[in-house]
Amino acid sequence: MPFLQLSDVSKGYGEGPGRTSVLRDISLTIEKGEFVAIVGYSGVGKTTLINLIAGLARPDSGTVTLNDLEITEPGPDRGIVFQNYSLLPWLNVAENIRLAVDQVFPNWAEAKKSRHVDHYIAMVNLTPARDKKPAELSGGMRQRVSVARALAMDPQILLLDEPLSALDALTRATLQDEIGRIWQENRKTVVLITNDPDEGIYLADRIIPLSAGPNATLGPSLTVDIPRPRDRRALNHDPRFKDLRRQIFAYMLESRAAQRVAVSRKLVLPDLEPEDLDRPRPNAGRVGPIRRGEWKRETVEVQ
Amino acid sequence: MKRFRLDWLVLPALGFGAVIAFWYFSSATWAKELPNPTKTWLASRDYVLKPFEKRGEMDQGILRFTWYSLVLVTKGYLLALVLGTPLGFFLGLSKTFTKTFDPIIQILRPVSPLAWLPLGIILFMGAGKSASELGALFTIAVCAMWPTVLNTAVGVRAVPQDYLNVARVLKLSRAKTLWKVLIPATLPYMFTGFRLSLGIAWLVIVAAEMLTGRPGIGGFLWQEYNALVYEHIILCILTIGIVGFVLDRLMSLIELRFKTA
Repeated sequence: MPFLQLSDVSKGYGEGPGRTSVLRDISLTIEKGEFVAIVGYSGVGKTTLINLIAGLARPDSGTVTLNDLEITEPGPDRGIVFQNYSLLPWLNVAENIRLAVDQVFPNWAEAKKSRHVDHYIAMVNLTPARDKKPAELSGGMRQRVSVARALAMDPQILLLDEPLSALDALTRATLQDEIGRIWQENRKTVVLITNDPDEGIYLADRIIPLSAGPNATLGPSLTVDIPRPRDRRALNHDPRFKDLRRQIFAYMLESRAAQRVAVSRKLVLPDLEPEDLDRPRPNAGRVGPIRRGEWKRETVEVQ
Repeated sequence: MKRFRLDWLVLPALGFGAVIAFWYFSSATWAKELPNPTKTWLASRDYVLKPFEKRGEMDQGILRFTWYSLVLVTKGYLLALVLGTPLGFFLGLSKTFTKTFDPIIQILRPVSPLAWLPLGIILFMGAGKSASELGALFTIAVCAMWPTVLNTAVGVRAVPQDYLNVARVLKLSRAKTLWKVLIPATLPYMFTGFRLSLGIAWLVIVAAEMLTGRPGIGGFLWQEYNALVYEHIILCILTIGIVGFVLDRLMSLIELRFKTA
């Protein structure tokens, strides 16, 4: 039985002729305990897709179901790690996580709740920063808090919306390792949205490219059959890694080539005149800048 | 270090000196009725050096008068906050509410305290002796609440969608979303409004006391004008200015404490 299922989901924004269709015919089935990565260009609707699964947005057509129940609103059974951390700045690390724990496990005793919070803080290696406010933490540390908060809700599925895209490359690699380790410990169902194919291959069981937008749709699902734990250094030379990488890039570049969009824009020509220095300059030369009416237009096809 | 002293000591002293020189010059030349600084100090000395003395209803130490005014301002100001903050939240949260009430708010907002006061007194005419106090409170509240209302509304609208998404994912109840997310996220804006409101409340008190003749710093000012003791007018102006400045500093200290990232 599929755990999370999206069938023929489409979503657009706006009304009438100005309407843009963001996602179309998205069908996706994820089994329990799977780690699936969805990789796509920036701005094609990856976040829209995760919002549909989270219930923060409703599809225009098609259905999203979790455990055969249609998703109509957000809930703590789907833990989200947002791209921009979304920590409440007036609460410290423990309080941010505690807010989620209080909400999901209201009947627990005080001691059990604090143990639970401390356990997840320790899981993301933040015990020394327990009482710090988000503003005192680096980007990588904030994202760990966000991961800990999502996991502390004990969700059925963990949604990671480009969790590492705002971080520098080294912090990114460290956090990728940690996400891999935490997943090994928990074996939660995870949907990772990313713009980095390498990250997807390194972490996931399956990786699915999202075509270029507008009207983005999912490409073929590629199974990553590289045994875990994966070694980052060895991975670069693994033929399976190289092959997956090639396939993903091929699909994404192809989908982009199919989306030829004509863009027309204003061209303001440089306000210069050729001048022959041997000749005396005629008095009737042009004076002043180019006027609005003299602007040219050009139309280019964007590849 | 030298530069530092210049900034906070020498330059301000120069500014004060220039104004006092102009004051001497004016009272000696074109404004013969204006008492010069020395005369002002001599006439005010009793009021400043014995600030809490009570010699009669309208003849009291300057800080005693200030205290009366501050008590009235505090009452009116608290009333303004109690009315203004929820109104601001409604405006920030509901588009329909904004469309319904924003035009009337924009019309009432620029009305001067001098225009509200007679209406306030008429409203509480039935209250007998306390009519003037209630009228003054009404005026302070109705004039001072607008910065709180508008800043709170802006603050609520500026709450990042991310925080609201967190509240939705956690399924926080409406009350919890308000107390755990909306109010903390809006606090910095609210305190800016509170500070501006306090400034206005202090402006209004003088006008209210002048018209009602209540004992207080503004009432004293008006009485001394009628009694032709012009030195005391200047004393009152300076006191009002200093108290307003101190109130504003205090509020910005509190405001700083509530600044969140």
